[in-house]
Amino acid sequence: MSGYWDPHIERMPLEDLHALQEDRLKSIVRYVYDHSAFYRRKFKEAGIEPGDIKTLADVTKLPFTRKTDLRDNYPTGMFSAPKSQVVRYHVSSGTTGKPTVVGYTKGDIEMWSESLARAFTSIGLGSDDVIQVGYGYGLFTGGLGAHYGAERIGAAVLPVGTGNTERQIELMQDLGTTAIACTPSYFLHIIEVAEKMGVSIRNDTRLKVGIFGAEPWSLETRRRIEEATGIKAYDIYGTSEISGPLFTECHEKKGIHVWGDMFLTEVIDPKTGEQLEDGERGELVFTTLHKFALPLIRYRIGDLSIMTNEPCDCGRTHPRILRILGRTDDMLIIRGINVFPSQVESVLMNIPEVGDHWEIIVDRKGPLDMMTVRVELTQAGFSDKIGDLMKLKKKVSKELKGVLNIAAEVDLVEPGTIPRSMGKAKRVTDNRKV
Amino acid sequence: MAEIKQISLFVENRPGRTAKVAKTLSDAGVNIRALTIAEAGDFGVIRMVVDDPEKGYKVLKENAFTVSMTDVLAVEMKDTPGGLYEIVNTLGQSSVNVDYAYAFVTAKAQRAMLILRVDDIARARKVLGEKGVKIATKEEIQAI
Repeated sequence: MSGYWDPHIERMPLEDLHALQEDRLKSIVRYVYDHSAFYRRKFKEAGIEPGDIKTLADVTKLPFTRKTDLRDNYPTGMFSAPKSQVVRYHVSSGTTGKPTVVGYTKGDIEMWSESLARAFTSIGLGSDDVIQVGYGYGLFTGGLGAHYGAERIGAAVLPVGTGNTERQIELMQDLGTTAIACTPSYFLHIIEVAEKMGVSIRNDTRLKVGIFGAEPWSLETRRRIEEATGIKAYDIYGTSEISGPLFTECHEKKGIHVWGDMFLTEVIDPKTGEQLEDGERGELVFTTLHKFALPLIRYRIGDLSIMTNEPCDCGRTHPRILRILGRTDDMLIIRGINVFPSQVESVLMNIPEVGDHWEIIVDRKGPLDMMTVRVELTQAGFSDKIGDLMKLKKKVSKELKGVLNIAAEVDLVEPGTIPRSMGKAKRVTDNRKV
Repeated sequence: MAEIKQISLFVENRPGRTAKVAKTLSDAGVNIRALTIAEAGDFGVIRMVVDDPEKGYKVLKENAFTVSMTDVLAVEMKDTPGGLYEIVNTLGQSSVNVDYAYAFVTAKAQRAMLILRVDDIARARKVLGEKGVKIATKEEIQAI
């Protein structure tokens, strides 16, 4: 059973939490209005003044902020704090456009570390643990974010970063790593390399916890990882715009705790912008309540999820978001039908004859979109009768169609042929010229 | 009696894959007695009988091939018209189903050898034996 990092805050009665959120919302709105020309202009355009925000419910009066605002104001046009107070920058990779720059005051780094200290404690980690950080260090927020959180709870950090997989496995054994933070796809690769080295993660290491994120992953992948290694795999969530990795599930695994004293979380209908109720699926919107270099008001993060305000069985009262269903940017539209790569993953990971690595290729043949899903055949799935292999192809194709509602071509490929990633896996190649 | 172990491999249909298989076995000093490739569009299955199946299986596995071992029968076939008919007809009449088969001829044996994968290997061995068909042993295949 895990304890709490900050029981007073984490178990705060909802009324008190809402009162704290209301105070902080009013302050941050006033703060950005006073310090950021961008927000002042934006509020004026929307006909809003800080004094109009009197209650928590008034948040809906505020205009949304988007990724394009950060890009348009590159590099630091949206910052509220003066340069003298900024102690760090991170820069997003810009895989879906121009890079974006985020910045932190000393206090912002503290808040970020505090958020993860609560999260890591909630999955049973503490000062006796050795946490191997396999996220990229540098401009990416993953490495340093997890690093600071782990140090804050007094754990020993092994800052390996990405790559050099064999060395990671050796160090994991030599230093008695008990928890690893990396992308789930990279951990699957680690398992594979360990097997080749004759190392069993289950028997030859002390690893007991995985903190996996930076890309959407399914419950089926969690089951595969846990069954293969005997560790407990937890979801971690956050994006660079709101700091970096910030939140995890607790040991109950019933959703990701989004700390209400630090963030005001909303779920909206992505089409109309209307706020949705608990349990309804929509786009996540975050307002940073206690972050000062680059505070964001109603930031549309682009990830789809479901929120609940029911207190968790672990005793924490803060809202939870359920598994990220996908990012609006990742959504493919194939023959007019929305397809999330995470849906494909959840189908494939339920089929034992199919390996852990896969990719989607989209082409356009004449007027028609063609989706091909390439999967690796596992040793166990191999039959030397062609008929059995053809049946397997049909089975995968049929199950994909059942979930996606569109037909997909399935290619069986040899194990090890789909590119492994050290960071975020690139699952989709879209060859359509739009 | 120890059955003959056939090695089967899953290979993608792209240039150089079969060469990689052959090179892997050649480097390990494993000699291929008989080989067949069944293709199904973007992938295929290579099946072969080699002089040292355990070693062949091991080196292919180490080189990350998807590989399995299957029990097969190697029967001697008269190298004259009707040689194949005699064998498959015997099996058919005894309700033994042939999943696949391939043949090779060796200089030493002076006879054609038919490799068979069947759904009931014990029954196939019995009914062919009763007809006087000679079934090669593991050692005989090794010694060819």
